[in-house]
Amino acid sequence: MAHEFKEISPNASAGAKVTNWFENRFPTAFDAYRVHMSEYYAPKNFNFWYVFGSLALVVLVIQIVTGIFLVMHYKPDAALAFASVEYIMRDVPWGWLIRYMHSTGASAFFIVVYLHMFRGLIYGSYRKPRELVWIFGCAIFLALMAEAFMGYLLPWGQMSYWGAQVIVNLFAAIPFVGPDLALLIRGDFVVGDATLNRFFSFHVIAVPLVLLGLVVAHLLALHDVGSNNPDGVEIKAPNAPKDANGKPLDGVPFHPYYTVHDIFALSMFLMAFTAVVFFAPEFGGYFLEYNNFIPADPLVTPLHIAPVWYFTPFYSMLRAITSEMMYALIACVLLGAILGVVKARLPGFLKGGIVIAAAVVVLLMLSIDAKFWGVVVMGGAVIILFFLPWLDNSAVKSIRYRPSWHKYLYGIFVINFLILGYLGVQPPSPVGERVSQVGTLFYFGFFLLMPWWSRIGATKPVPDRVNFTAH
Amino acid sequence: MKKLILTLVAALGLAAGAVHAAGANTIAWDKAPNKTNDLASLQNGAKVFVNYCLSCHSAAFMRFNRLRDIGLTEQQIKDNLLFTTEKVGETMKASIDPRQAKEWFGANPPDLTVIARSRAGHGGTGADYLYTFLRTFYRDEAKATGWNNLLFQNVGMPHVLWELQGDRRPIFEAHESHGQTTQVFKGWQQVAPGTMTPLQFDQTIGDLVNYLQWMGEPAQNTRVRVGVWVLIFLGIFTVIAWRLNAAFWKDVK
Repeated sequence: MAHEFKEISPNASAGAKVTNWFENRFPTAFDAYRVHMSEYYAPKNFNFWYVFGSLALVVLVIQIVTGIFLVMHYKPDAALAFASVEYIMRDVPWGWLIRYMHSTGASAFFIVVYLHMFRGLIYGSYRKPRELVWIFGCAIFLALMAEAFMGYLLPWGQMSYWGAQVIVNLFAAIPFVGPDLALLIRGDFVVGDATLNRFFSFHVIAVPLVLLGLVVAHLLALHDVGSNNPDGVEIKAPNAPKDANGKPLDGVPFHPYYTVHDIFALSMFLMAFTAVVFFAPEFGGYFLEYNNFIPADPLVTPLHIAPVWYFTPFYSMLRAITSEMMYALIACVLLGAILGVVKARLPGFLKGGIVIAAAVVVLLMLSIDAKFWGVVVMGGAVIILFFLPWLDNSAVKSIRYRPSWHKYLYGIFVINFLILGYLGVQPPSPVGERVSQVGTLFYFGFFLLMPWWSRIGATKPVPDRVNFTAH
Repeated sequence: MKKLILTLVAALGLAAGAVHAAGANTIAWDKAPNKTNDLASLQNGAKVFVNYCLSCHSAAFMRFNRLRDIGLTEQQIKDNLLFTTEKVGETMKASIDPRQAKEWFGANPPDLTVIARSRAGHGGTGADYLYTFLRTFYRDEAKATGWNNLLFQNVGMPHVLWELQGDRRPIFEAHESHGQTTQVFKGWQQVAPGTMTPLQFDQTIGDLVNYLQWMGEPAQNTRVRVGVWVLIFLGIFTVIAWRLNAAFWKDVK
């Protein structure tokens, strides 16, 4: 793209001359600023739910900057790691602050990302044409989980050690390649120095690079298709109202309107964040687990190994898959196959295919250990999010114009997710197991049956313009 | 819909109840006096720690000269507290040989630097745990050391402070419930007096635990002090950000 060299009047101010000098030599940066900030039109009816994207970006920056300083003092060595963290906490000036910001930042990241994803869920932000924005987002979530899991090993406390041991052992449940795969991940027969070193490498460079690339892709794709909004109205559609310059009437430039808006949100977020950092950095054992103040000991297994809170909903689903539960899952597969054969309008050979596929799956489910299917369910619980754009068949995007009972359904989905999270923190119990099994079926039912339930009921008329009351 | 929510919540309550019932076979933790700002208490705790604990337990991440934070001068530390090393910048290492310790007690005495942070749990803070643990030793001839502990059954550690507390015996009462007899702890019987009254002893342990709590995170009081200023700043900043936002958005119709 060739840029025209702009001449400037010799009477212009010094500031304008400097700007002109740079713009002639680096026009791409000025274009980027216009495309993504000063001339990126975002719907003016964003509400509270729309601050979490910016907040996630801020937390990412906090994690990178504090991470850089932690690496200056941390030692990725099984014999030194625990001591080096205590060194940071005691002997490095302000080291405790950097470390608490990083440990609190990990939890804060998941809080804002979960809220950000929930926003997308209720306002249909994953629907056409934003499918890729959603998919990049899901990939970010996946990368974030890997980042958090590997980072958690680094303090080399008991929970770090045994948490990693348990999760890596899950890979060993995969038929045929499992044990070798687990060995490849650990680099040793047990979690040890080799594991610590490779997790350190992944945590500080490999995954962050992927994460940053995905964040860029997420934002570029978003700015190409434009932001959704709580009404699900397309403000940039060809027939949407525009001013004389072709700018959407229902949009405002991201800068300054949403920068000041997000700074306000950020200041409130930082109050909560710093309150935790300064007054409750352990957060009752949820952000920093008490057991992790005991150095890793391969010979002493803690009584109760629980992952950090942000993984517990998925951990509950893993634990829910017992050999007993397998019969329930087999029943689900058979039911799905019968429905497919009886109800779906498909040619005969495809129906035959369904029957054969179901038979094969059931046979595999009977022959392979439940532990493996637990891993499949846990992974599937994240992977299924990627398919959301094609599962939702509702005529409208936003929850505002969907049948009222959708609100209750989404409410139950959230409560179910929280209950699964709670149960994942608790030691296993017979009642907890049953509840988490029901919760797991509900979680998957919510998504897998969505093509069907999202069509039911009368939607409300979607307005032509967004709902906005001036502040 | 509401019924379903209620059912789930009820099930959750049941699950939580089951968990609590499982952990009910140990005694309740006493509340430790929380006074990490009390320098006199911290200094006394440091003295007890160096005199009684440091022979077997290290605090390998804690430097002696950090004790300046609790109001001691470097000279005071050198004169009164340095038994195991010459240099005031050294970390607190036990005088015992770890291999011998393992032979004598069956386990290596754990490092105590962050012990107060690691022992927190459902029963209370780590300080509460330690405060209870250190005050519930009793004579048990069946044990190799001659001592047992009510909170940590069959602990390898002997009652190091027995001279101060004296000899005590726990009184149990048989308790019938659902056809099963359980022993319920009722109180203590003083067999032989120590050099301290029970009140003095509790205070000494309170100081020691206070010190352990402080040593777990020497920056904890600074942290809270700084945090207050940070929140005041952010409070003011939030007001500015709020008005700035309003100033820009007032023209958006």
